[in-house]
Amino acid sequence: MGAIYRREMGAFFTSGVAYVFLTVFTLLSGIFFFFGVITSGTTETSPLFSSMFIVVLFLIPILTMKLLSEEKKNRTDQGLLTAPIGLWSIVLGKYFAALTLYIIAESVIFIYSLILAYLGDVVWPSLLGNYFAMLFLGAAFIAVGLFISSLTENQMAAAVASMLALFVLYLFDSLASNVSIDFIRKIMLSFSFYSRYLEFTRGVFDLTAVVFFISVAFIFNFLTVRVLDKRRWG
Amino acid sequence: MIEVRNLTKRYGDKQAVNDISFKVEKGEILGFLGPNGAGKSTTMNMLTGYISSTSGQILINGVDILEDPINAKSNIGYLPEIPPLYVDMTVDAYLGFMYDLKKCKLPRKAHLKEICDLCKITNVRGRLIRNLSKGYKQRVGLAQALINNPPVLILDEPTVGLDPNQIIEIRTLIKKLGKNHTVILSSHILPEIQAVCDRIIIINKGVVAADGTADDIASKITNEHKMTLRIEGSTHTAEDKKEIVAALKQLDGIKYVRADMEREKGVYDYDIESEEKVDIRRAINKLCRDKGWNILMLQLSDLTLEDIFLKITMGDIMPGAEKAEKPAKDKPKFDLNVKDGELVATEVAEETKEVLEENLPADRSFEDEDKNEGGEE
Repeated sequence: MGAIYRREMGAFFTSGVAYVFLTVFTLLSGIFFFFGVITSGTTETSPLFSSMFIVVLFLIPILTMKLLSEEKKNRTDQGLLTAPIGLWSIVLGKYFAALTLYIIAESVIFIYSLILAYLGDVVWPSLLGNYFAMLFLGAAFIAVGLFISSLTENQMAAAVASMLALFVLYLFDSLASNVSIDFIRKIMLSFSFYSRYLEFTRGVFDLTAVVFFISVAFIFNFLTVRVLDKRRWG
Repeated sequence: MIEVRNLTKRYGDKQAVNDISFKVEKGEILGFLGPNGAGKSTTMNMLTGYISSTSGQILINGVDILEDPINAKSNIGYLPEIPPLYVDMTVDAYLGFMYDLKKCKLPRKAHLKEICDLCKITNVRGRLIRNLSKGYKQRVGLAQALINNPPVLILDEPTVGLDPNQIIEIRTLIKKLGKNHTVILSSHILPEIQAVCDRIIIINKGVVAADGTADDIASKITNEHKMTLRIEGSTHTAEDKKEIVAALKQLDGIKYVRADMEREKGVYDYDIESEEKVDIRRAINKLCRDKGWNILMLQLSDLTLEDIFLKITMGDIMPGAEKAEKPAKDKPKFDLNVKDGELVATEVAEETKEVLEENLPADRSFEDEDKNEGGEE
């Protein structure tokens, strides 16, 4: 796992993906920080975090699109799959590399919080709660993106499909409200990412939401392992 | 060292590999030979655990590749058909990555240096793989397979894309490695297999068509006596040809005679096949002396690996089960030559060949154009 993790981290930077990701993330979060927080004259960071959901949604597929699709296309997967390592090591090595880069990007929040601390009083528990909410959200999204990347050889297809999938997850709440059957609506709402994330921006640290995001991450990583395993039997 | 039992792989309806069994002992160099699409790469991918078999068993060093893949894979160094190279890495970074990936315990610096020296890539270690030539990429791929000194090396067409000097170097290297490793290599380049391998397995259409040393296979597959003659007649015209063929056919023990191309002005070549254990050379000599013809060349054609390969893969002839086939008249005929170590098929004009015997076996006249290529992909 360590070897794959280190290689992926290196590849993020040599391929330029890391720079694009970090730049766009910082730029967009900066804009939301400026207009949502600074110009409103508050130290309340919730507007920033609720806007970041959609930014994360569109940026994470850029991180994950190449992870497995390129391996398959360049046949480098033959090197990985014939090496004496398990499939979980391959998937988790890649997963944690993407997660690490995401955490690096996300940590720009602490720069904003320092600015806020200079200007006024920061509500630290709420800010940290939001920070972790975003972290767990990303952890779940990266697993989804990695899974979709394992399904195709084309990185653009992986990116577009991931964005679409995550967007549908985002729309689950509004879709659910249009469903008249109570039972189905409840099921749909129980899969809602957005409402769970929103709870954090209201200052509630919801442990079940954390468990939910981690479970989603686990399930999609598991599915990715299954896809790799299945391919051998094709 | 490697044991394969009843290995089968199906892709839907297509039977890619069908019930292959063989054993490779320690220190043996085994050559996999077969036309494109015969199932060589599929077999190798199964041996290395990249794909799984539909049925059958593979034991690497006594370990089943499906039951304990990590243990089995740690014994294998694999160079796939397309080397698994990350083109955005330098050679050094890539080999370091493979070193970590294989959880190699050997002293890192010394081990990598040794491998780079062995594969002659020391001078490109700092360069991006993207910028290397195909030959160097191939060698980096080979270096990668050698990391951790695995007892089994599986090399899928290791010399593709190399220039003749490099090919010789790699062959020498493989021979050297064969002393301490068990090597399986695939190729459709016949002289390569012949030069490097102790033992050959010919695979055709997913089944083992022949197994043994080149000589073993040759002795199993044929006991025909064939020769090529160049006889100068008296008139130096096509009339000679008819006369000579007719006279040769009268000799005892001759199975068939075929006039070949005009090699020199007014002089033709004749392919002759005699019955088993009948030496007709003296009779021919006597005939020519009596008629006043000159023998300009007499060449016995022993079966080379090429002939064996072509016989097995073209004619659907299994060892010991030869059957005579008459080539279709409307199909183009080919002249086969070995050029730069590869088979080259050139079309021969129809009229230059006269088929004079009705029951001539399918040997050097080939029915199918696309099966004839010996070139690289």
